[in-house]
Amino acid sequence: METNIFIQLLGNNWIAYTAIAVLPLGFLLLYALVAILAELKVSAWMQDRLGPMRTGPWGILQPLAEVVKLLQKEDITPDLANKVLYNLAPYMMFTGAYAAVAVIPFSQQFVPSNINLGLFYIFAVSAIATIGVVMGGWASNNKYSLLGAMRSVAQIISYEIPAAMAILATAVLASSLNLNEINTVQDGGIFNWFIFGGPGPWFKVFVLPFTFGLCLIYMIASLAETNRTPFDIPEGESELVAGYHTEYGGMKFAMFFLGEYVNMFIVSAIMATIFFGGWQSPFGSSIMSGPVWGLFWFLAKVGTVVFFQIWLRWTLPRLRVDQLMDLGWKYLLPMSFICFFAIALWKMLI
Amino acid sequence: MAEKKTFEMEYSKVDTERMRLNVGPQHPSTHGVLRLEVELDGEIVTEVVPHMGYLHRCFEKHCEAMTYPQCIPYIDRLDYISSMNNEWPYVMGVEKLMGIEVPERVEYIRVIMAELNRIANHQIAVATFGLDAGAFTPFLYYFRDREEILAILEKASGGRLLYNYFWVGGLAADVHPTFKQECLDVIKHIRATNAEVTNLLIYNKIFIDRTANVGILPADVAINFGCSGPVLRGSGFPLDLRRAEPYSIYDRFDFNVVVGKGEVGTLGDCWDRNIVRMGEMEESCKIIEQAIAQMPDTGDVQEKLPKKIRIPKSEILSRAESPKGDLGFYIVGNGTDKPERLRCRATSFINLSVLPEISKGYMIADLILILGSIDIVLGEVDR
Repeated sequence: METNIFIQLLGNNWIAYTAIAVLPLGFLLLYALVAILAELKVSAWMQDRLGPMRTGPWGILQPLAEVVKLLQKEDITPDLANKVLYNLAPYMMFTGAYAAVAVIPFSQQFVPSNINLGLFYIFAVSAIATIGVVMGGWASNNKYSLLGAMRSVAQIISYEIPAAMAILATAVLASSLNLNEINTVQDGGIFNWFIFGGPGPWFKVFVLPFTFGLCLIYMIASLAETNRTPFDIPEGESELVAGYHTEYGGMKFAMFFLGEYVNMFIVSAIMATIFFGGWQSPFGSSIMSGPVWGLFWFLAKVGTVVFFQIWLRWTLPRLRVDQLMDLGWKYLLPMSFICFFAIALWKMLI
Repeated sequence: MAEKKTFEMEYSKVDTERMRLNVGPQHPSTHGVLRLEVELDGEIVTEVVPHMGYLHRCFEKHCEAMTYPQCIPYIDRLDYISSMNNEWPYVMGVEKLMGIEVPERVEYIRVIMAELNRIANHQIAVATFGLDAGAFTPFLYYFRDREEILAILEKASGGRLLYNYFWVGGLAADVHPTFKQECLDVIKHIRATNAEVTNLLIYNKIFIDRTANVGILPADVAINFGCSGPVLRGSGFPLDLRRAEPYSIYDRFDFNVVVGKGEVGTLGDCWDRNIVRMGEMEESCKIIEQAIAQMPDTGDVQEKLPKKIRIPKSEILSRAESPKGDLGFYIVGNGTDKPERLRCRATSFINLSVLPEISKGYMIADLILILGSIDIVLGEVDR
């Protein structure tokens, strides 16, 4: 079955492929604006204040105003910076984040590129963002940036592994690395989602604690991968001013910022796809399901996870760098191995 | 400068070098224009050298050219977030040298104002300490409540931060008729927010992990360095001038001297210093409640004074417990209306001197927390 609506409508030609490539980019830019506004407003409501109120009704144009402000800024490259790497780094970060969108199933009828190694691909490209961070931190020739970049590498490497284990376990359950396939398997209502052990007979309750645990592990690891509080130590503003992007300003800073928000979207989308059934309706495939409803459910689930990330950011303090390593290597990694083992065993037995 | 270390490894020699990092004077977490020259071994702090003086205003020399009442606004600007407490030891000293007794009503208003200001100071201290640890939300909760305190102080004195309210022999103005009720209302809000922050931040697992067992200051080191206030009491030593040498009317109130107990970590760590401030806010609320109950409703707020305030050849060290600790003014009179010498024992400056001692061997993120837990104001450090 052809999963892409553009190829169905326009035929297998370059117009369709251009549309497939451009649509997610436009969507992500729009999403970033909405997410920035959400961050501003949610944090404001949590802190008993109003947030931006002057730009447009209820301040909804605030993110646009900020983009315009950043566009007007002078494009500075520090004298002692490595010019090529310094200027390339922000785009590297954004590219890495954006490339991962290619395999995200937005709806059963729209997967930009429905490849069979979807999960593997996501892990491959999301590591590119790290290279952007290291490049930026090193090329800035600033001690704070360097410390931030060092921390960032250590953090992302140690959290990539538990996250990969968590995702691989679901690949075992679904017997596929194709994200759309993983979604299709979780058909039949909320209790067939992988957070609740996936589809299966009643005795799947034995595997339920492990899948639930994996979901939590992935949640924590994904926070660390996107540099969000409580794991925002690469840019920990209280000690490192702004971490790896201390020297950046104007549009280059905006690209880092955009990259961060797109990364948030990616990890939330993976989480929604793998653990929360992606575009599947929570009421089974007969009620409120279909391509358009699929898009709605997918975005609703992603939005919920993004909201959760924002919520945590404005609630928790920040961990220290060694405590972060402790948590990653001593707790999350062994736990993810145990869960993976249990799930693999269960899969073998049934 | 940087010391070189060489490790023999199996196939190659690896040279490591220590890094000198300038933290400040323009840095989000130095609480003003403090510059810390930090030597780092990776992320471990091996040496800290504080550099001060970016806010030096020649306060002490300046005061020698000023009449006694004219000094008060300059004293406001020392520790600019607890000005009421700064003015108090100075006016107390001048009054003692002149032999003036202030009316009872004045003493009560001074106690209430100073304690309100102490709460406002501790709110900032706890809030910015949380901010240093990465928790942004409690910071704004505290600033919301602090506005209410500042509104009361503003109604009485006309200024939000720099009050010039304690005058020699009395007060600048009488309080508003609704003063007592406003104080009681604000105390309710202070307690509610404190309970919320205790729940949200103080006993948060991450916050405890970050602050317990960090920046341990033993009581003997604290005494050797001359530390006072919550920094000393956090190490478990119960020295509070309000209790040790009760000035004004503090012997009439029932309150506890809060000390650190090492509840979640080692005695004298950052968490202890912070919890002492939390406890002192509650004690200040108790003092205010008692003072409001005892305060006479009517009365004079200014003693009759000669037209020019002159102090005979005499000297005094007048001390009071400011929120930062033991704040003293050494006033030397020479028979004219200007002081011969006015020396300030600045609490923040003395507390800051212990920072290099207790921050070695911790990570750079801890250094920021230790600095936050000492709670300095650069206006007072540099003078």
